[in-house]
Amino acid sequence: MFKILKHAILGPQVKQLVFEAPAVARKRKPGQFVILRINESGERFPLTIADADPKAGTITIIFQEVGKSTFQLGTLKAGDAVLDIVGPLGKPTEIEKFGHVICMGGGVGVAEIYPVAMALREAGNEVTAIIGARSKDLVILEEQMRRASHKLWVTTDDGSYGYHGLVTDPLKEILNDTNKKVDRVFCIGPVPMMRAVAEATRPYGIPTIVSLNPIMVDGTGMCGACRVEVGGETKFACVDGPDFDAHQVNFDLLMKRLTIYKDQEKLSWELWKQQHGKCTKKS
Amino acid sequence: MAKKIIPYAVPMPEQDPKERIHNFNEVPLGYSPEMAIAEANRCLQCKKAPCIAGCPVAIDIPAFINLIAQGDFIAAYRKVMEKNVLPAICGRVCPQEDQCQKMCVMGVKNEPIAIGRLERFVADYAMQVGKTEVPQRLRSTGKRVAVIGSGPSGLTVAGDLAKMGHSVTLFEALHATGGVLVYGIPEFRLPKDILKKETEVLAKLGVEIQTDYVIGITEMVDELLDRYQAIFIGTGAGLPYFMNIPGENLNGVYSANEFLTRNNLMRAYLFPQWDTPIKPSRNVAVIGGGNTAMDAVRIAKRLGAENAYLIYRRSRAEMPARDEEIHHAQEEGIIFHLLENPIRIIGDEKGWVKEIELIRMELGEPDESGRRRPIPIKGSEHTLKVDTVIMAIGQGPNPLLLSTTPGLKLNKRGYIQVDPQTGATSKKGVFAGGDIVTGSATVILAMGAGRTAAKAMHEFLK
Repeated sequence: MFKILKHAILGPQVKQLVFEAPAVARKRKPGQFVILRINESGERFPLTIADADPKAGTITIIFQEVGKSTFQLGTLKAGDAVLDIVGPLGKPTEIEKFGHVICMGGGVGVAEIYPVAMALREAGNEVTAIIGARSKDLVILEEQMRRASHKLWVTTDDGSYGYHGLVTDPLKEILNDTNKKVDRVFCIGPVPMMRAVAEATRPYGIPTIVSLNPIMVDGTGMCGACRVEVGGETKFACVDGPDFDAHQVNFDLLMKRLTIYKDQEKLSWELWKQQHGKCTKKS
Repeated sequence: MAKKIIPYAVPMPEQDPKERIHNFNEVPLGYSPEMAIAEANRCLQCKKAPCIAGCPVAIDIPAFINLIAQGDFIAAYRKVMEKNVLPAICGRVCPQEDQCQKMCVMGVKNEPIAIGRLERFVADYAMQVGKTEVPQRLRSTGKRVAVIGSGPSGLTVAGDLAKMGHSVTLFEALHATGGVLVYGIPEFRLPKDILKKETEVLAKLGVEIQTDYVIGITEMVDELLDRYQAIFIGTGAGLPYFMNIPGENLNGVYSANEFLTRNNLMRAYLFPQWDTPIKPSRNVAVIGGGNTAMDAVRIAKRLGAENAYLIYRRSRAEMPARDEEIHHAQEEGIIFHLLENPIRIIGDEKGWVKEIELIRMELGEPDESGRRRPIPIKGSEHTLKVDTVIMAIGQGPNPLLLSTTPGLKLNKRGYIQVDPQTGATSKKGVFAGGDIVTGSATVILAMGAGRTAAKAMHEFLK
């Protein structure tokens, strides 16, 4: 059992949980994830580790409620526990002194880019961060991202806060600024956003790293559910990734594979809503 | 007086194929006490007992069968437990026809004694009457042992060393113990309850079980060496192979590992009561001819497939699956496409499997495996309409632990190199056994390797 020590609401349907998971906390590096299972009949699903405190033996998970398992997780409070957490899985993000780096996060992906930005800054990079959300109330971790970067751009699709536009808009401005060299771009967010960023940096030949989020079961290279195509080769995101060269990723395939269980996910979610309608309203 | 020869074994009652393709309940129903006694009475009680030599863990087979014949089932159970603490599992999944039963003297001219069925009977009987017992544990040695992987070899090592008085921690990457027994073997062949009850014996022996713990990730082998005097690696062959043909990443293509894990470990057949989904399919092609392929295709049938095809590139004679499994699959209406091999998988515009293209094969000269080499017949390409394809063509060694353990010598195929007499690896105090040494093999061979390593580890710890 893995106990929840802290529960916080960061935005509409965005929750933060701090778990007691000392073995994971000890080893975790930015870019890694855990597989979590809530209860005996629960599914195994991957969540990126947003932060960890090896001394306290805790890890922080920030997630968006999008389906049954994440909504169910969101109903848990401090003092509750989940049955299983295993990790830290996946290869850590490659952190070194690159020079000027851009760290981009979209939606809940901001929680995942945050530890990467922090580590890059600590490694001596000049960090420009661009975080985006659909609207103002969905912007998360702005203060943390400000601390993790030298310059922060916040974009909203509807213009309700910050820069009116997509994260790729300020990115293009920076790329076009001939006075500003960009050595590497890191991006975590919805697949269309990561694809757009890859296309934006491709003409400039700037190394661009994305963190992929395919469907997983075991998370240790045993099942192959998380197959992605990178540079024409099949890779297992759980052990070969989740970070990959954005310019080599077959995003089309990733999008298609993410829809495999769309109907089942919907059914599961509808059933859960019927049974737990009250809980979701409360939170 | 010479014993009267009864040529045929007492048949095991089974669930009707028409019924069982709609459920996940166990197929063979087990012997009744009367059946067990009748079968036990067929045993010739040979003095030389070649059957014992055929058993990788050397169970005293004539002795336990004799006790069944006398009606003392609990004593028979104890006799088996002296050598094998997982009899309910082994009675079900061991390939007895290639081991103890192959050596049976009765089997020379008649059907061999059904040793596996009798082993299963005593184990199930003891469970039913609540007489399962924890084997005696010797005085604590104060030595600490780490066992990595809770599959058949790891369970055996943990059980044996705990009995010898060592303090054992069993590390498992998944959330449940059993390894391939829990994620790979379906409910209808090995009910999870049986597995659970039998592995609970380990906890009773004082084995500390640490699930959700991946050695090579959560902690490294070298770190364990600071806390443990000896280590056993039994991580299995868990890296799924694909064929590297076009279309393998289409939606609807699974590795057998994924398909089996979803259904066995995660109980996708109970979706949506259980959360893990599986896509319903009408026409399923399983590629391969081993036990894994049989398990996958029989699950597909139970999930409601109208047509469940098994596609194998050689003929029935070369199939590595157990006869019993092939027979069960045939009874259940699995459609066998022998001497055929996939060359590509064709998808629709949304990225879902639509068809599989096959080529007919013929058998040439034997290859290095001793089996006749399949050769494609030019111009024999044809397609089969399917919506799901499951690749059950084998597994390799998972690199997570191997690549993070410096000084661990591997063989040419990437498996751990060991001294076959002891299971000792190139790293002092580190032993290994099971599929991570041999490549995909059987449950009982892994248990045999575990037994060998446990003995050597006990010596090492002295």
